[in-house]
Amino acid sequence: MQTRFSFGGDEHIFAEVDEAMSLEAFFKSLFVTNAVREARIKGVTEICPANASYQVKFDPDMIKPDDLLAELKRMDAAADKSEPVIATRIIEIPVLYNDPWTHETLMRFRERHQDPTSTDLEYSARINDLDGIDGFIKAHSSAPWFVSMVGFVAGLPFLYQMVERQRQIQAPKYLRPRTDTPKLTIGHGGCFSCIYSVRGAGGYQMYGVTPMPIYDPSQTISYLRDFMCLFKPGDIVKWKPIDRAAYDAAVADVEAGRFAPIIRDVSFSLAEFNRDIDGYNHKLEGVLHGH
Amino acid sequence: MAIKVLKPGLATTVQDLGRPGYYHIGIPLSGGMDRHALVAANLLVGNPEGAAVLEAVFMGPELEFTGDAMVAVTGAELPPKLDGQPQQTWSSFNVKAGQKLSFDFLKKGARAYIAVSGGIDVPVVLGSRSTYALGALGGFKGRKLEAGDELPVGTPTTTVEEGRTVADDLRGLPAGTPTELRVMPGLYWHRITEAAGIGFFEDTWKVAPEADRIGYRFRGGKPLEFVPREPPFGAGSDPSNITDACYPYGSIQVPGGTEPIVLHRDAVSGGGYFMVGTIIAADMDLIGQLQPNTPVKFVKVDMERALSARREKAELSAKLQSALMA
Repeated sequence: MQTRFSFGGDEHIFAEVDEAMSLEAFFKSLFVTNAVREARIKGVTEICPANASYQVKFDPDMIKPDDLLAELKRMDAAADKSEPVIATRIIEIPVLYNDPWTHETLMRFRERHQDPTSTDLEYSARINDLDGIDGFIKAHSSAPWFVSMVGFVAGLPFLYQMVERQRQIQAPKYLRPRTDTPKLTIGHGGCFSCIYSVRGAGGYQMYGVTPMPIYDPSQTISYLRDFMCLFKPGDIVKWKPIDRAAYDAAVADVEAGRFAPIIRDVSFSLAEFNRDIDGYNHKLEGVLHGH
Repeated sequence: MAIKVLKPGLATTVQDLGRPGYYHIGIPLSGGMDRHALVAANLLVGNPEGAAVLEAVFMGPELEFTGDAMVAVTGAELPPKLDGQPQQTWSSFNVKAGQKLSFDFLKKGARAYIAVSGGIDVPVVLGSRSTYALGALGGFKGRKLEAGDELPVGTPTTTVEEGRTVADDLRGLPAGTPTELRVMPGLYWHRITEAAGIGFFEDTWKVAPEADRIGYRFRGGKPLEFVPREPPFGAGSDPSNITDACYPYGSIQVPGGTEPIVLHRDAVSGGGYFMVGTIIAADMDLIGQLQPNTPVKFVKVDMERALSARREKAELSAKLQSALMA
């Protein structure tokens, strides 16, 4: 991997770590952006890690563009020598797959889909050679996912499945984007899943909804009082399939202010993960459930 | 003192100079699309340059004042009327308690900035009063104004004379046709062929109806031809797809190679479309004043020219400041 740098006008430097997505490229983007943040470079105003790239916004009246570029190239090269270990969190997200709200929405926009005769779940199961909706839900929810980017809109996590590339779920985006997506929809496009933090336009396949808010600009939800967005790049997510009764109970708990998400601190080593992916994921799940 | 919203206009929002520092979690800068006009409106009424104002697009609101205030309207030529009496744009005028401010039809430009002495005093969220409607954040209840809203107004800290104006040459508005927007090619420029790159700068584009605070879409130029490739893992199969990445403010994405979209103050912070380059910071204000169907040419510049344009823009700001601070 050789990072490619480009100026984005006179106020941004854009760095593509790799054209293709991989955990190695994501870790490098995370390490470089952490280093840039810690260096507190005068004139740098925004530091944004992405899946396999990153971006730094700066004020060219405070720092010369070429000086910042040279500094970033130095930090990018240094990041190759970092041990790929991070202290992070694992978060359980309950999901009602095949829910009535995304179903109603996907039927409304059927003519914009690759396969108007089946649902997003049926289509995605078929093109990934999985055994129907149940087989798909099992494949989607059995291994954890990395939050490899937060953005598009406020607090929306992009999630990258922590399995070998050949086992990763892939699905195209809708042929033409929808003008509506229910809030808290679990979506998927390319190799990334996401959680739509707000209601609005979207092009990802829709698989279900979570009862657990992840963005709250009013900061009234107990676990979003300190900060309105739940996710940070580097967080690990484990989906938990739930039924309608559990979904309704969780929604009532959120409204009553007694919903307590399961969030645990965890250390993640990319080298150990790569040595035994299923074994390592099993250990991560153990951390989530306190053993 | 407060302002009652009798009619909201098309999409009137509270804006200041924006909310930097949260783009990495998808919360964009927001703030006035034409920052120069926003600053001018504030200075005319004696406010600090970054006080919160109303940004009205295409059509003005109708407002009633519960107390005395000084008002100025800048940016688009959207002529204000006080109890039906025409007032000048780019000039300050006093409003008495109970008077109504309304607007005539839009004559030129797209966005007007309505400053009130004391500033619009909505709560500061993450360091700014700007509205980010997509995230229901900031401004007045996180949304555009509606009839019946009552906007709190702050207490003025300085008093200035009524009737001061901003000279034509200090207004920083788009001049000439087509409007020229300067672009630094880059980002994923290498994805298109040399001929497509030449065509992009030769063609005259027009502002499409899909033009808002998130981004401005353009149409009318030739579709861009791509350099063939094997799609990288994670990018998607369309030649215009990339592995989802950050989007710079002013970046020009071209989904499917057909219609360029320039991201503005309420930008989506990232996504999966390639970008051919970025509008230089000095020309971002101009975009906020473009109406649909306005012809536009993209003009290729390098970093050196982008920085000299930046210095010229800073000189214009300094002249505006010294003209109105006296």
